[in-house]
Amino acid sequence: MDWSQILNQSASSIISTTTIAYALAAVGLGVHFGQAGLLNMGVAGFMAVGAYGYAISILSFGFPWWLAALTALFASVVFALILGIPTLRLRGDYLAIVTIAAAEVLRLLLLTVAFDDVTGSADGLFGFSGSFQDSNPFPDGEYGFGPWQFNETTLWPVVVGVFLLALSVLLVWALMRSPWGRVLRGIREDEDAVRALGKNVFAYKMQALVLGGVIIAAGGIVYTLGSNASPGVYVTSLTFFVYTIVLLGGAATIFGPVLGSVLFWVLQYFLSNLMPALVDAGVLPFMTANQAGMVRFILVGVGLMLLVVFMPQGIMGNKKEMTFVK
Amino acid sequence: MRSTTRLGWPAAHRALALLLLALGMLALLGPVQASAAEDDPYKIAGNVQFEGEAIEGVTITVDGPGGAQVVETGPDGRWNVGVPEAAEYTVTLDVDTLPEGVTLDDPEDDSPETKEVTPNVPFAPKAVNFFIGEGDRESTAFGAQLAQRLVQGVNFGLMLGLAAVGLSLVYGTTGISNFAHGEMVTFGAVMALWIGGTAFIGASLWIALPAAILISGLFGLLMDVVIWRPLRHRSVGVVQLMIVSIGLSLAIRYLFQYFIGGGTEQLPGSSPERIDIVGPIRMTKVDLISMGIAIAVIVAFALWLLYSRLGKATRAISDNPGLAAASGIDVDFVVRVVWVVAAALAGLAGILYAYYRPGIKWDMGTQVLLLMFAAVTLGGLGTAFGALIGALIIGIIVETSSLFIPADLRFASALAILIIILLVRPQGILGRRERIG
Repeated sequence: MDWSQILNQSASSIISTTTIAYALAAVGLGVHFGQAGLLNMGVAGFMAVGAYGYAISILSFGFPWWLAALTALFASVVFALILGIPTLRLRGDYLAIVTIAAAEVLRLLLLTVAFDDVTGSADGLFGFSGSFQDSNPFPDGEYGFGPWQFNETTLWPVVVGVFLLALSVLLVWALMRSPWGRVLRGIREDEDAVRALGKNVFAYKMQALVLGGVIIAAGGIVYTLGSNASPGVYVTSLTFFVYTIVLLGGAATIFGPVLGSVLFWVLQYFLSNLMPALVDAGVLPFMTANQAGMVRFILVGVGLMLLVVFMPQGIMGNKKEMTFVK
Repeated sequence: MRSTTRLGWPAAHRALALLLLALGMLALLGPVQASAAEDDPYKIAGNVQFEGEAIEGVTITVDGPGGAQVVETGPDGRWNVGVPEAAEYTVTLDVDTLPEGVTLDDPEDDSPETKEVTPNVPFAPKAVNFFIGEGDRESTAFGAQLAQRLVQGVNFGLMLGLAAVGLSLVYGTTGISNFAHGEMVTFGAVMALWIGGTAFIGASLWIALPAAILISGLFGLLMDVVIWRPLRHRSVGVVQLMIVSIGLSLAIRYLFQYFIGGGTEQLPGSSPERIDIVGPIRMTKVDLISMGIAIAVIVAFALWLLYSRLGKATRAISDNPGLAAASGIDVDFVVRVVWVVAAALAGLAGILYAYYRPGIKWDMGTQVLLLMFAAVTLGGLGTAFGALIGALIIGIIVETSSLFIPADLRFASALAILIIILLVRPQGILGRRERIG
């Protein structure tokens, strides 16, 4: 068994577009779920809006990549408004049902052959990274050290992703220590008390839904920047993985979702390399290589259950602060 | 009517010649047609038939690591290719090479002409099934199609209702939006497969199906003992409980995939043969039996809920758990019974759904989970009879909507209606205003 290769692979996932994209989604969900107490179960939908909004803007409208990214972010604002207006006045679990249903409807719309010309149906969209790579300021060559090796085309999306992530974390940090953020946390703890203080709870929730939605959509854009947009990615499991990430790092914290994403993906890569290697080495005679690949997903589920029961505040959170909406 | 050769468009006759290859793999080792690289360790194979007749000369493309390979089916309808790696391959059937009047049709699949397979056992051919049906739909009048669809919708709705009442009861008595309910549906089907499937224990269906429902009930009991009762006693909040159920759903779902793999398995006894019922309505025998069972069980369940002591206690807890406990009802015991009943009903729904789809897949329950939520919300959260009505409506919408919109969007139509209902009447059909918060 090649331990150095397994560890190398795991370490390299600390800085990858996947980790950064999930971290962005987690920061956005942290605003929804951790700060405002909104049960957004449509993370996959918001990410799909980002990814497809970006890809379709380039392929169908011929936008340059930065304009396409802005269009995608604008689309996510519209998506958040559509979801929020009917549901934010209702009890929390209605938002959960509507967001998860809307995300599925969106995925089915992306998957159907009826709009194949625009969405590429089951094959998804690809071949739209030209404009993005044209703007690449890095000269050809190899960059990085140790397990973190990039060439100019793989480095550019990572740099853009890290920039967006840093910007989002900074924005959320600044907003959450502002009076606006305190009202938001107040709504999470006791909505009626905040309403009694004369605040427009609906408007605050709506603003939080839009803010978090835009950050999640940015995650979707980063996920597709250098590659393709595929409908198979934006399934409900993605939403649940992002929940696991947020709860792992600490839902009510600013930096927790980022830490959660890094830990989640390092563990995922570690297990996805380790388990088949163990099977090859004959340590797990009762498993096939395919079954060994499933183990990490089973562990995500078990981990999510244990986290939410025994450590709902997450790694970075304060147990006193993280009370779940009743 | 619209063009009939387009893939994924609605089929008037849902079903059709189903190629059950997984169980007959050995037969595939027959004559090999134009297979590249004979010494490749992994095989992908299939058998293209329509109503028992082999179709010759259909072009199949297998693409993946090692490059694309093209084969044609032989006189016996079989094809077979060797591939170098245990990786994912895309198998595409060229629809243009099918005979006139025959097309691909799989209501569960958005792109029936392509299948993804991962051969994993060297030299054992990995079977790929294409669902082939009549392409000629123009002859059926719209009214006849609608009637057929309505009956199918009632069938689907009854099945959905079996699962949804359990979901609704659990929600009513414990406040949990149970995302693992879809896995409880899959569980029943998987147990039926393990007990009744010829590749496994192979018991007769008369033993296998009741046993599968019994085990499903025990599964519900187990979940209550291991997870839900301890959490009740920790007074964990409902949002946390919901996330626990999400984690449970993920864990069980991937456990299913761990044990039965990513493919589709068939229960014994499913037959595509249809018999005339009334006028244009044709159904398979299995559909008829399935509807009969669903109606009988739902009536029995309704009588239990309305007239038995336990049923009354269940409704009392749904109304007001504190008051119910104060008036001497053993809430813990009743909730446990609710979990067992819900799991058993879900298991039965899973078996019926396996015949309806047709086939058993690791994520089959997840596919209908949102439809169950839609049914429960539509009827009114926490009301058992509301869930039934909601399920019937959802079933009919799903089946009839494919007359108007592409078949691969029929689940989307039900979910879109769920969202609209929440806008107009958030408490649902039978729900009460004060529940919506």
